[in-house]
Amino acid sequence: MSGAPSPVPPPLDLAAIRAQFPILAERIHGKRLAYLDNAATTQKPESVLRALDDYYRHANSNVHRAVHELAARATTQYEAARDRIAAFLNVTREECVFTRGTTEGINLVARSFLQPRLQPGDEVLVTGMEHHSNIVPWQLAGAKTVAARITDEGELDLDDWRAKLGPRTKLVSIVHVSNSLGTINPVAEMVREAQQRGIPVLVDGAQAIAHEAPDLRALGADFYAMSAHKAYGPTGFGVLFARREHLEAMPPWHGGGDMIRTVSFERSTWNDLPYKFEAGTPDMSGAIGFAAALDWIDSVGMARIHAHEQDVLAYGTAQLADIPELRLVGTARHKAGVLSFVMEGAHAHDLGSVLDQEGVAVRTGHHCTMPLMERFGIPATARASLAAYNGRDDIDQLAAALRKAHRLFN
Amino acid sequence: MDIDELADTFELLGDWEERYRYLIELGRKLEPMPESEHDEAHKVRGCMSQVWLAHTRQDGPPVRLEFRGDSDAHIVKGLIALLLGLTSGRTPKEILDLDLAAAFTRLGLEQHISMNRRNGFYSMVERIKGMAKAELA
Repeated sequence: MSGAPSPVPPPLDLAAIRAQFPILAERIHGKRLAYLDNAATTQKPESVLRALDDYYRHANSNVHRAVHELAARATTQYEAARDRIAAFLNVTREECVFTRGTTEGINLVARSFLQPRLQPGDEVLVTGMEHHSNIVPWQLAGAKTVAARITDEGELDLDDWRAKLGPRTKLVSIVHVSNSLGTINPVAEMVREAQQRGIPVLVDGAQAIAHEAPDLRALGADFYAMSAHKAYGPTGFGVLFARREHLEAMPPWHGGGDMIRTVSFERSTWNDLPYKFEAGTPDMSGAIGFAAALDWIDSVGMARIHAHEQDVLAYGTAQLADIPELRLVGTARHKAGVLSFVMEGAHAHDLGSVLDQEGVAVRTGHHCTMPLMERFGIPATARASLAAYNGRDDIDQLAAALRKAHRLFN
Repeated sequence: MDIDELADTFELLGDWEERYRYLIELGRKLEPMPESEHDEAHKVRGCMSQVWLAHTRQDGPPVRLEFRGDSDAHIVKGLIALLLGLTSGRTPKEILDLDLAAAFTRLGLEQHISMNRRNGFYSMVERIKGMAKAELA
């Protein structure tokens, strides 16, 4: 992110922001759309849609191969996107491995980094609020997953986490911002403490990058995984940041075109970083679209987006407190724009159906965090999650729909 | 319960809120399912909320099937009540001949029940038809 964020950024022009997201004009069952499912995926601004369209209209070709003009255009734009992404994250381009998303990034680390150094009984220390994507890949790689305790407020119990950081811990993997609760974890502190004990750290940044610009150089984590579509970019594209020394030591995971230097039937050799980990024709438009999304974020200003979302979050927290029989799940002191809740006497899916009829889009279910749901003794929650284009009017529409639901189910 | 009657009722109900209210009411009136049948064997896969279905065979002739069902979600429970109303007490052959998907469309439920939930409804239909088929064999 360019420049230090000012402490009190000027408020963002909500009408101007919304005008850039054409999908927000859709009518849902005849009602105004209140899109509050941003933790699942964000909508895309015109500039991102245009970047995707322009790419296919004027530059589409396979990268790194042919000598014709279109291939040169595609390659130039694609590699410029890598520079743009690396600059946003404050790391080098060689350390930005392009993936299909956060999930693939974590799987790559599980298979290529962790698995070769795993002994029977070795552990990966996670937290009780992890997404299944930050649990299952470690189990598939053969590690035992150990989880640090979550408090009733939905905060990580740091003492419990420290106590579980043991001699068998081969890797620490933590979610930066919880998708189900909105809790922002103290990742900088945790990275430092784990690394002091020689334990590498992966941070699942899927929910973080749209809300605060991560300076990955300053954070110092060994790995940081993200998905473009949760930060105004296209679906199916993501980035795994990994420190150069790890990438150099790690064997390739997927084999195929583009990741090789030489191939013979006796032996093949690998391409330079990061291409060694990028087999096959990459998602060119995904990379270009993500770079456009980061440009868009910078044009608005991350500090302003953050301040705006915090305002709407505080307003929403107060509004939901007034709804009868409703209980917020996740009341951490440091929270991103997530309001997860249950209503006495109504299943989360019942709530979701009623809200949908009122034009309010929320996610209902276990949010791919079944251990966390079990921790709170609930099968599911309804979750409203914010982005830059949400305002207090979206919260009002949500609250009115919830009152209606309460009348229906009670 | 027959489909024409139901369609007339839904027609009269008008907006989605009244239709939901009616569905929820149907679900509330559903015969309770014994706790012992809330198990894996009776669980219907493919539903977003938990759904259980069971049946009893009434010896004939002709053999008729009685169904029981439950869910932890109100609207789904209402859908179960609808389905059971249309199928319970019928012969396996009658049940297999019923076009339950068409009934769903005819009631205008498509506008009010999301895609994911609709798939859950079809999973319930398949389960009921499966039970009828097994009784025919």
